[in-house]
Amino acid sequence: MLDSKIPPGDLANKWSDYKSKVPLVSPANKLNIDVIIIGTGLAGASAASSLAEMGYNVKAFCFQDSPRRAHSIAAQGGINAAKNYQNDGDSVYRLFYDTIKGGDYRSREANVHRLAEVSTNIIDQCVAQGVPFAREYGGTLDNRSFGGVQVSRTFYARGQTGQQLLLGAYSALSRQISKGSVKMYNRHEMLDVVMVDGVARGIIARNLLTGQYERHFGHAVVLATGGYGNVFYLSTNAMGSNVTAAWKAYKKGAMFGNPCFTQIHPTCIPVSGEYQSKLTLMSESLRNDGRIWVPLKKGDNRDPESIPEDERDYYLERRYPAFGNLVPRDIASRAAKERCDEGYGVGATKMAVYLDFKDAISNLGEDTVRSRYGNLFQMYNKITGDDPYKTPMRIYPAVHYTMGGLWVDYNLMTSVPGLYSIGESNFSDHGANRLGASALMQGLADGYFVLPYTIGQFLSKDIRTERISTEDEHFIKAEKEARSRNETLLNIKGKKSVESLHRELGKIMWDNCGMSRNEKDLKNALIQIKDLKNDFWNNVFIPGSDSELNLELEKAGRVADFIELGELMIYDALDREESCGGHFREEHQTPEGEALRDDENYTFVSAWEYKGEDLEPELHKEDLNYKEVTPTQRSYK
Amino acid sequence: MKELSIKLKVWRQKSSKDKGRFVDYDVPGLNEHMSFLEMLDVLNERLISLGEEPIAFDHDCREGICGSCSMVINGKPHGPLKGTTTCQLHMYHFNDGDSIVIEPWRAKPFPVIKDLIVDRTPFDRIIQSGGYISVNTGSAPDGNAIPISQEDALYAFDAAACIGCGACVAACKNASASLFVSAKVSQLASLPQGQPERDKRVVAMVDKMDEEGFGHCTNTGACEAECPKEISQEYIRKMNWEYHRANIKG
Repeated sequence: MLDSKIPPGDLANKWSDYKSKVPLVSPANKLNIDVIIIGTGLAGASAASSLAEMGYNVKAFCFQDSPRRAHSIAAQGGINAAKNYQNDGDSVYRLFYDTIKGGDYRSREANVHRLAEVSTNIIDQCVAQGVPFAREYGGTLDNRSFGGVQVSRTFYARGQTGQQLLLGAYSALSRQISKGSVKMYNRHEMLDVVMVDGVARGIIARNLLTGQYERHFGHAVVLATGGYGNVFYLSTNAMGSNVTAAWKAYKKGAMFGNPCFTQIHPTCIPVSGEYQSKLTLMSESLRNDGRIWVPLKKGDNRDPESIPEDERDYYLERRYPAFGNLVPRDIASRAAKERCDEGYGVGATKMAVYLDFKDAISNLGEDTVRSRYGNLFQMYNKITGDDPYKTPMRIYPAVHYTMGGLWVDYNLMTSVPGLYSIGESNFSDHGANRLGASALMQGLADGYFVLPYTIGQFLSKDIRTERISTEDEHFIKAEKEARSRNETLLNIKGKKSVESLHRELGKIMWDNCGMSRNEKDLKNALIQIKDLKNDFWNNVFIPGSDSELNLELEKAGRVADFIELGELMIYDALDREESCGGHFREEHQTPEGEALRDDENYTFVSAWEYKGEDLEPELHKEDLNYKEVTPTQRSYK
Repeated sequence: MKELSIKLKVWRQKSSKDKGRFVDYDVPGLNEHMSFLEMLDVLNERLISLGEEPIAFDHDCREGICGSCSMVINGKPHGPLKGTTTCQLHMYHFNDGDSIVIEPWRAKPFPVIKDLIVDRTPFDRIIQSGGYISVNTGSAPDGNAIPISQEDALYAFDAAACIGCGACVAACKNASASLFVSAKVSQLASLPQGQPERDKRVVAMVDKMDEEGFGHCTNTGACEAECPKEISQEYIRKMNWEYHRANIKG
């Protein structure tokens, strides 16, 4: 049933052979083909501009007031590419290998190799757009290293790489909007996919300003809607980031891949109280020069400055001498949790560890440290009131990225014909753990260099398909359903705010399906979520109506979907009886507490199929075949 | 941990057609580590529990980078702290018992949509008029083919750091968008990749800015003073120079 459609041939030649043979759509035919793109982050904006340049009619949608505000903008550290500009032995193969290994051998070889191949084009494209990457004195591009690898392949623009790349993609998108080849819909939210004869042929959207429901036709629909980290309530995602579009697709038959694979980022500013609305990431690049430690003595309450060297435990350097502070994210996060759970944590809540720049400042000088991390130090100072030039940062892991997402084949098409998923919204390239600086790479790879080719596979067979009128019964029915769901929500008129219910969901997920998981808690969480769902649909209160700007209604729709997703994540976490990457099952660990993978029984992608309201989802397995790389226990020691 | 009680005066306006008015709210029991927006979240939850409409405001990343949040706090766009967006402003900068006035951006080209939310799409249209380099996907030369000095790259970066929030317009007595426009013009004009369209771009963007109803720059400097990213006014000088240069060349 699941066909990943990986092309034949040698791994190294698959993509170039595919590109040479993929059917083309003639320029005249492209003019008659409409493509809908939901989301304008790195993946969505780059896909929209590229498809429009090729001649397709593109309609792009975002819920923000401008496409420039998508959450890709907040990515700090950088973007990987196998340029080998530093002459340190990097290559396409090495980037491929690092990504497969970093993903703990749970991603597809062919997809990851393609990603590594196109990585170099991304840098060229972005430079040409005027993205101001960091430069060396001689004028060439500068690189830094990032967690989980031993080469310097990360390109960056101070601590604002995501912003600069997104503004590049936004400028390309703006150019196409001005030409009329992209029609942009700001402040619109997709509420459903419209299916006609088993193919995705459009969407229902709500104009968030007027409340009007709209029907839009497209020969194909592309979801570039980001990740679902906000299922945990607290995460580093933007407040508006949500799973709704992907969830509607799931309910229309698109399978959901590896939903329990979530990434907990090791270096975030710790939670300070109940009122907290979101968490702030401190870029992983800080681990290049910062050293992570906790006091050797339990419950040591002295100021960090007055704890002498020999009473500090640099636990990452101790446990993983080969990679030290640069171990991958899942490992760094669990190690921090382990120390705090054991009672070595620091700060008021004792749920934090130190990230210390004392040695970096004395070795490199304060100016060099400032030039590398100035804006990050400033951000930390603003939030906490502490000065990291003088005292170590306090950090703790937080939900940051979701490797899981809609299942897609090699063409990036979901299991629904005509429905694509790109960027973080799909499950594809990062396996069970994503390496730093690879999210920006994948978003732009999908949007600029992969989808524009692979979508031809589908659209070339669609050149005779006439535009379907939005007066068609399928559109009318889908609109009616979206409308009636909102009406139901508004009519509950209970006593609980959407926010408070979302907070409850977050707590269930973080406590039971977060950094470490076990059968008992997961089963318990399943019951709690069912109760919460019930509570939500009986007791939520949403003021106002659906015929106006109504922020509470928007949030309610998203939280309702998050609750259902939470349930699916738990099913997935329960089923996967192994520890791999971001998924740590307490029952499966080595005596030293490292993750214990089970390659014999779990070398597959879990793809879940929706079976109906209140029915258990059905698991399908896509076996992963490693031909190029032999899975080994991932060691960073 | 310090507890605060704050008195708020918040601009409430149902829609662009409504006249709008200030409404007073007492907000007791706040924690000093809350962000300003979390303080509003707390107030909104209380309003909802009373069956009232929460205060509408734009916000998203809450990390000071998306440019969504936009409110004038005690007369200053993004509030009292230099180089800081509203979402990065924390309550420990206020004292117990303080009165705080919150208004939307006030500028003709940015009409109020609801409460503190304004329409900033004129900024998108200005970028669409020329704020890009015309390069199609797939046609770029190698990234290292064009060396760019560290100085030029930094000059471009500092301009490109603009988050498009519109505080410069809200701060300006003429509602000029010069700081926003000049940042994009300067970024692209200072890079070799931006040369082919250099003249056309500046003229198109400045003309569009006028057409959208933004006022002229009279060098007061309020924009730079209030910009949460501390974008320098020097870029406005650069834009004016670029604009005249392009027109003289004709």
